[in-house]
Amino acid sequence: MNEEVRLMKGNEAIAHAAIRYGADGYFGYPITPQSEILETLEALMPWETTGMVVLQAESEVASINMVYGGAATGKAVMTSSSSPGVSLMQEGISYIAAAELPALIVNVMRGGPGLGTIHPSQSDYFQATKGGGHGDYHLIVLAPSTVQEMADFVALGFDLAFKYRTPAMILADGVVGQMMEKVVLPPQRQRRTPEQIAEQCPWAATGKGSRGNRNVVTSLELDSALMEKNNERFQRTYAEIERNEVRYETYYTEDADYLIVAFGSVARICLKSIEMARAEGIRIGLIRPITLWPFPYEAIAGLGAKVKGIQVVELNAGQMIEDVRLAVERDKPVRHFGRMGGIVPNPGEILEAFKRDFINK
Amino acid sequence: MNHEDIKSQGTKVYSRPRLLDDRTMHYCPGCSHGVVHKLVCEVLDEMGLENDAIGVAPVGCAVFAYNYIDIDWIEAAHGRAPAVATAAKRLNPGCAVFTYQGDGDLAAIGTAETIHAANRGENIVIIFINNGIYGMTGGQMAPTTLEGMKTATTPYGRRADLNGYPLNITPLLAQLPGTCFVSRQSVHTAAAARKCKAAIRKAFEGSMAAKGTAVIEVVGTCSSGWKMTPAKANDWMAQHMFEAYPPGDLKDTL
Amino acid sequence: MTHEIIIAGFGGQGVLSMGKILAYAALMDNLEVTWMPSYGPEQRGGTANVTVILSDSRISSPVLDTYDIAVILNQQSLDKFESHVKPGGLLIYDPSGIHHKPTRTDITILEIDAMTATIEMGNPKGYNMILLGALIESRKMVGLDAVLRGLKKALPERHHHLIPANEAALRRGQELARK
Repeated sequence: MNEEVRLMKGNEAIAHAAIRYGADGYFGYPITPQSEILETLEALMPWETTGMVVLQAESEVASINMVYGGAATGKAVMTSSSSPGVSLMQEGISYIAAAELPALIVNVMRGGPGLGTIHPSQSDYFQATKGGGHGDYHLIVLAPSTVQEMADFVALGFDLAFKYRTPAMILADGVVGQMMEKVVLPPQRQRRTPEQIAEQCPWAATGKGSRGNRNVVTSLELDSALMEKNNERFQRTYAEIERNEVRYETYYTEDADYLIVAFGSVARICLKSIEMARAEGIRIGLIRPITLWPFPYEAIAGLGAKVKGIQVVELNAGQMIEDVRLAVERDKPVRHFGRMGGIVPNPGEILEAFKRDFINK
Repeated sequence: MNHEDIKSQGTKVYSRPRLLDDRTMHYCPGCSHGVVHKLVCEVLDEMGLENDAIGVAPVGCAVFAYNYIDIDWIEAAHGRAPAVATAAKRLNPGCAVFTYQGDGDLAAIGTAETIHAANRGENIVIIFINNGIYGMTGGQMAPTTLEGMKTATTPYGRRADLNGYPLNITPLLAQLPGTCFVSRQSVHTAAAARKCKAAIRKAFEGSMAAKGTAVIEVVGTCSSGWKMTPAKANDWMAQHMFEAYPPGDLKDTL
Repeated sequence: MTHEIIIAGFGGQGVLSMGKILAYAALMDNLEVTWMPSYGPEQRGGTANVTVILSDSRISSPVLDTYDIAVILNQQSLDKFESHVKPGGLLIYDPSGIHHKPTRTDITILEIDAMTATIEMGNPKGYNMILLGALIESRKMVGLDAVLRGLKKALPERHHHLIPANEAALRRGQELARK
């Protein structure tokens, strides 16, 4: 398959991008609003073309442990779900992180807590960026704001996961999952051969083969001194990721008096609010973190120093705002505007909230 | 006459299997795991699967199987071994993928994964050690604990009205169209161990021929958990466990 | 050039697919496009709507509160969206099922009796294509040719025999808009 321009939903783009990346396996369980990922993969039947395995598991718990099993053999495997299902996966994600396995997890967030709603939300920011499961670990968290990024972050997520041997997550929301946009699908990449896997993943449990010595993929280490060493190794990896992989985007920040910080689809809504504000002579800039972990603390600190105030806009009660506050260390007023439970604010509403907090105080 | 003299003069009739590491096991004296490990090693070696085998060891006493059997291993979360093995096998169809699960793992926390993997007919071998107790965590009730049996969480004996009935899960797996071979064995005598080995071999043959899921339940002892000497535990098992879990083939399509 | 469009009516009137075909037509003309279904609390009450944005430059918010064009197929949607059309904008509506007509004087209001035309044509599935024809005729964001190419892309091959009937409905809508 060559590069191709298509119109499709964000969820569909993930499925197409996974096949074209040369992913080896997808394991998932239906949940709204992301079931199109599994549906699209089943419809495209990649096992007939690239040999990719697609399996509807009996639960999210089984899905993530299938991902663990596949990743343990050095394969590029993924799952996707939405908030309640991702909660169920947390144990498995912790094991994947602790066993230092590459994997890709997609969370198309819906409003919680509990069973909540099927409508868009960003209320799993804490869960995604602060660990989620038990133990000291991080995921690389990518926040797409366009259908194009839904597609692009599949490859980026897998590449980063393999580079650092750690799971990566695409943290999307129902808006970007359900909307259709133009997307350029990349050309088909070959799945890696067993020889390439043996070379790139010498740790993988693939059968001893000609290796001679056995590989054991485990997160268990009862000797506390050795377990502390393991943790120190994980932390060194996380520090390296923090040094190398921070990604963000800025708009209108050169002359900005104020800054809005928003991620995912909300950042695009805010961009419209900012254009409306600029038409009224209010100079606001936007920073959109693309990696939520590692978080762009430095960039926000730098831009924050130049403005009078910072508005954080999220589809939650105030989660990323904690990281923004950490970035500017209380030097600047940081206010939050959020909608919850599946409500998506419109550009005018965001601008009104901004004015309430900073202009018409 | 020293050790070497004995070896050089005698005829070797028994030795540690090649794939079983020469190291001290953490299992208690009398534990069935050691014997089953040995049988697995012999079967994999005899079938020439050493370099293609992937074992999946979930939480339980045998989570450390990777320290004893010289093949590739994946340690799994409690109950999830069949899901882990599902992906490992589907993505590496040439490998001999098996799980090695205890009764709590297979029949309590991992019931869903076990039944669904077997129902999909995943070409894996499930080795299921049933000793009616949670060994690793210190002797609590397992789903297969017999009525009246005392454990740390049923100190006055298991009561069906309070704790539910013993779960006889293997016949249930035998009913699923995805299983090709389901057999219940034991290893408490040399003869039983020989039969068990034959069953394990047949299970690997079935899964390598892509006939579906093969399940070998091994009714075993836990002398520490049962608070008995190893010899007494063997007798008690034959007397009581076999009544609820009689040995024999439950399904054979091979 | 940017067109911010809301299409709203009852579920089953072909609101989402009308938006989808418009989006495909934009794709054919190499425009940027977003198609955002009523995926939010506004879908309560059995109404369906879709926001379609076409532009020759990058599109920011896929969620809007004011629109250049509203295509309205029932009373609830008219009540909800009439006030959200930008001054100078366009409101197209089908009068069947509308009891209180739109009253704005600062926008262009176009009544397209698509229901009657549908019955006359004897093609109930052409209803939304008549309205789409009227839409592309009154604001030239995409041509008929692009819509037809979009239809071909949007429809599975087994439905391609329906394209001529759809083309007839589109042309009828264009005629109605010219009147």
